[in-house]
Amino acid sequence: MTFAIEALNVEKRYGALQALAGVSLGVAEGEFFGLLGPNGAGKTTLISIIAGLTRASAGTVRVMGADVIKDYRRARRLLGVVPQELVFDPFFTVRETLRIQSGYFGLRNNNAWIDEVIDHLDLGAKADANMRTLSGGMKRRVLVAQALVHRPPVIVLDEPTAGVDVELRQGLWQFIRRLNRDGHTIVLTTHYLEEAEELCDRIAMLKGGKLVALDSTRNLLETFSGLVLRLRLDREALPEGLEAELLCAEGARFALRLRDYAALEQVLHRLRETGVKIWELELEPPDLEEVFLRVMEKH
Amino acid sequence: MGGFTTLLYKEVLRFWKVSFQTVAAPVLTALLYLVVFAYALGDRVRMFEGVSYAQFLVPGLVMMSVLQNAFANGSSSLIQSKISGNLVFMLLPPISYLEFFGAYVLASMCRGLVVGAGVLAVTVWFVDLQLAAPAWVFAFALLGSALLGALGLVAGIWAEKFDQIAAFQNFVILPLTFLSGVFYSIRSLPEVWQTVTHLNPFFYMIDGFRYGFFGVSDASPFASLVVVAVSLLLLSGACLLMLRSGYKLRQ
Repeated sequence: MTFAIEALNVEKRYGALQALAGVSLGVAEGEFFGLLGPNGAGKTTLISIIAGLTRASAGTVRVMGADVIKDYRRARRLLGVVPQELVFDPFFTVRETLRIQSGYFGLRNNNAWIDEVIDHLDLGAKADANMRTLSGGMKRRVLVAQALVHRPPVIVLDEPTAGVDVELRQGLWQFIRRLNRDGHTIVLTTHYLEEAEELCDRIAMLKGGKLVALDSTRNLLETFSGLVLRLRLDREALPEGLEAELLCAEGARFALRLRDYAALEQVLHRLRETGVKIWELELEPPDLEEVFLRVMEKH
Repeated sequence: MGGFTTLLYKEVLRFWKVSFQTVAAPVLTALLYLVVFAYALGDRVRMFEGVSYAQFLVPGLVMMSVLQNAFANGSSSLIQSKISGNLVFMLLPPISYLEFFGAYVLASMCRGLVVGAGVLAVTVWFVDLQLAAPAWVFAFALLGSALLGALGLVAGIWAEKFDQIAAFQNFVILPLTFLSGVFYSIRSLPEVWQTVTHLNPFFYMIDGFRYGFFGVSDASPFASLVVVAVSLLLLSGACLLMLRSGYKLRQ
């Protein structure tokens, strides 16, 4: 099977600092893949190595089977990268920027596709405006357009929604989801875990340059995250013998972490048994933030 | 368009869009040098037989402008791209290091030659010039602009801040051009300074270029051509090695 992205024992050292300590992972074609981790975990370093912006100290990386060093021309044609920083060339307009970017990939007569990308990303009104005059959100859209200008099958987005307002964020995700439905492989890093949970089929978590979790989003949620039960009771003490971990207590309000729904049954049973009355009850389903925190704690 | 032609086009378009600053300003500077030096010293100084000081000065000023602007183009473009971060747009596409080198150096040559042509076009209104051997003029203009274009690229790759480029310009390029015989024939110098000047590669570029106008020079134009060509080869080799290794660009 050809992976859209395949990393094998990738290491990166900057002097004494080990930014990546032997990371191996494979992203399947057509997947929506999330790369998560705290700041300094090595996400951007890994993306830079995939994109050929940084050279790995050891290990190999392939994009659709093309080695990013030995076969860099093919690898780079197959990859579109939206960088994290809001960078632009102040000398050019939006359209010039896109035409130049397209030319870098050796594409002639690409104007029809450029117009389509401009249209999809709602850049039409600003197409002939200088990059300097654009708002941050518009500049972000141009970055996405630049990454798509050569129609790459694999697209990497490094925190594309950092500092982007809600409306634009929604629009951007809609667009990226459509690309994914059309068969593009998407790799995403983000700090917004609810976004990753909603969008990604599979998730890898990095910490300190090491891969600490790699599984489908569903499995991660099931394995690592329990339910959170929030209760308001008729008294300020919980009965003994509850099969749950107390997360916080404030007066008669309690938050309990449950392993699963069976544990809920046990808690309710115990409350009934001890004659405790429930005034309010709320059950929160597992979420990725919880998984993330637990994984990071464990490693 | 291929990656190389697009990068070249982009680099030329970049300086052309701000041509008031990148072309008109250096032309004006050269003209001011001509006015000040030629009028202040014109009657008292004679460098070559049958050549007025103003005539002597013009080829020097033209070549000085070619060299300084060829250096400025690649170095300032690259450092701006590095600092603003938009260099990433040139590093992500499948552009080889040879194409990168070629595009930057050719664009720098283009800026140097456009400014040089501008200086010449403006100064011929004030000074009568002959053209004894035009082939030398073209040869030195092309090689000189390529050499400084490559040097500008090396400086741009190496530098991490704008002031490092400015320091390079003020402490290396400017002294080497001023002390290369733009404003005087080195025959007018004491012997020890003549010897020192012969170690300055800029001297050969200015001197060879001037030979094309007057058929007279301080050094043999053939020797100058060899010095400039060898310098260009060595510097290009060093620059290509830097680019191939990804030095400071892909780290």
